[in-house]
Amino acid sequence: MSKPRVAIFDFACCEGCQLQIVNLEEEILDLLGVADVVEWREAMSEQSHDYDIAIIEGSITRPEDEEKIQIIRSRAKILVALGACATIGGINKLKNNFDLDDVKKCVYKEDADMPHLETAMTKAVDEVVKVDYKIHGCPIDKKEFAYVVKCLLLGKKPEIPEYPVCVECKAQGNICVWERGQICLGPITRAGCGSRCPSVGFRCFGCRGYIDKPNVTAAKDVIEKYGLTVEDLKSKMVLFGSAQGPTNE
Amino acid sequence: MSKNLNINVKHITRVEGHGNIVVNATDGKIEKIQWQVPEAPRFFEAMVRGRSYDDIQTIVSRICGICSITHSLAATKAVEDALDIEVSEQTDLLRILMHYSEQLQSHVLHIGYLAAPDFFGVKSVVQLVGIAKDAVLTIVKAHRVANQWSDLLAGRTTHPNTITPGGFTKIPTEKELKDLQATLKETIGDLTTIANVVLSVAENVPAFERDTEYVSLTHPDGYTFYHGDITSNDCNGKAVSIDKWQSVANEYMNPQSTAKWTKWHRDSYACGALARLNNNFEQLTDTSKSVAGMFGLKKGCCNPYLNTIAQLVECVQVVESGIQIIDKLLTTGLKAEKISVKPKAGKGNGCVEAPRGILFHQYEFDDNGNCVAADICIPTNQNHANIQKDFEKLVPEFIDEGEDAVKLKMEMLVRSYDPCISCSTHMLNVKFVR
Repeated sequence: MSKPRVAIFDFACCEGCQLQIVNLEEEILDLLGVADVVEWREAMSEQSHDYDIAIIEGSITRPEDEEKIQIIRSRAKILVALGACATIGGINKLKNNFDLDDVKKCVYKEDADMPHLETAMTKAVDEVVKVDYKIHGCPIDKKEFAYVVKCLLLGKKPEIPEYPVCVECKAQGNICVWERGQICLGPITRAGCGSRCPSVGFRCFGCRGYIDKPNVTAAKDVIEKYGLTVEDLKSKMVLFGSAQGPTNE
Repeated sequence: MSKNLNINVKHITRVEGHGNIVVNATDGKIEKIQWQVPEAPRFFEAMVRGRSYDDIQTIVSRICGICSITHSLAATKAVEDALDIEVSEQTDLLRILMHYSEQLQSHVLHIGYLAAPDFFGVKSVVQLVGIAKDAVLTIVKAHRVANQWSDLLAGRTTHPNTITPGGFTKIPTEKELKDLQATLKETIGDLTTIANVVLSVAENVPAFERDTEYVSLTHPDGYTFYHGDITSNDCNGKAVSIDKWQSVANEYMNPQSTAKWTKWHRDSYACGALARLNNNFEQLTDTSKSVAGMFGLKKGCCNPYLNTIAQLVECVQVVESGIQIIDKLLTTGLKAEKISVKPKAGKGNGCVEAPRGILFHQYEFDDNGNCVAADICIPTNQNHANIQKDFEKLVPEFIDEGEDAVKLKMEMLVRSYDPCISCSTHMLNVKFVR
């Protein structure tokens, strides 16, 4: 069997998730033994239109990028969304809370109308094309990336947690961030990160997106217990959760 | 050889972000040379409005995956300036130590993974493994050390989660610092090995010079990435305080680019490792100076391709400085600190050196500590106009070598600036049009 051909593309993002692939260090060389990377602009000069697996980093923020992702989709057998910008729109969705003309004027002032500065509402990749696999997080966890890629090469479905970050955080024996007087999105955010932020004393800000069936009642109980309001929680949810899932409840 | 050029590089490779290079020349007459930046703008300055002072660093670290620690630190310094928050010497030293880790990580990535393939005449680090495997493995090792260093201080390698206005959410233990110090001492040897490998192919670094204004931080106490005032070789020794940064950057829009461009005393200026080295050469450690000496790199160098070599010198500089800071921290002893911050209205500035050059952040907050305005100026933006000016001198100088050679030199030039285009949002492809 010939090695699958893999191409990596980036749209609006910080390219930090690609960096996590580089951060696999020697392990990348192992992955290169079982797959041919045919295009990866940030790391190599070769380019190709012929690939089996497309890995997409970044969110879609311009009509021209919608066209580009549709072409990539039509060429790829499997499409993987890499990181929060691609899976949920990520930090780029903060923009959607404002009027787009106001956003352009805020940054570019009197030059805001220059045609090359055109922008549209931020979309996650699956709001434009079908996504087969999602690797969550901001940034992604390099071990999870290697796991998903291995599953994909073996034709297995990767198992991504369907329970909240609190489960992993409790298992690590961390003091609850809420106990320290901070609003933490652990109760509604998808686990799989090993509760990386709460474990260093930082609140979860929801970068892996919300679990499909969050226990909203329990989350409201937690909010009440600590004398806060749903509005307080929502103010922290906009960071990575603007216009997605339970922000409306 | 034909004096016609038709270069059209859409989305130059092995740089962070998107940039195009366009050149048209007929019979030696140059019609068009353009450095274009088509990166999708992301509007961070608009997005932070309404957000709390303690969420700012979490948002703006996402400007750049490679320099996320730098962005977090610049933002945090600006927030602390706005809210009149003083941090302890321990916090200051731990942040500087953390910041060094990112300089090493980014520089090694650039030298080894992005620039080195050009020196060896291959297309990527993957091909480089085939011809110089030991060298690649040494680079990988140094990169891993940098990442472990970031993990320890910043909570992780990308998008730090230990930095918070007023201090740290978690600090390392003394044992962890001792272990890091032992690793850093070993790393000096690996960096010397890398320097020797780069030296063996240094003849492939183009000989090209253009008199340039170089802008960086400067500080009397040492070779700085974190504290100090803004200086350049056109300043006559009169450095400018960081709160006047807007009068240094003088940002303006250019139709070639979604990124803003900048100029100070001249039509363009450069920032980055070569700028820092030119402005603060005397303050380098002896080992760093000897690495510079291996390549004949001296104060006053205006060959932009040598920015990559200046980064190599700085790798040694940050590792040695890191070892010294750990000594200092261990002598004093680490203690847990309680952070207490009261939100208030105010405006503040933060300026630090990103691996690719000087970075400015400014925020204004209301009485509740919610952001009402932001202004961010990124190093890659500050280099765009200078890249354009370099192109305008470079193309006529090398046109006799033909299209392929000119195109390669232009791509290498862009890479030597180590641009971070998604950072700059507001960057690069090569086009030659006959």
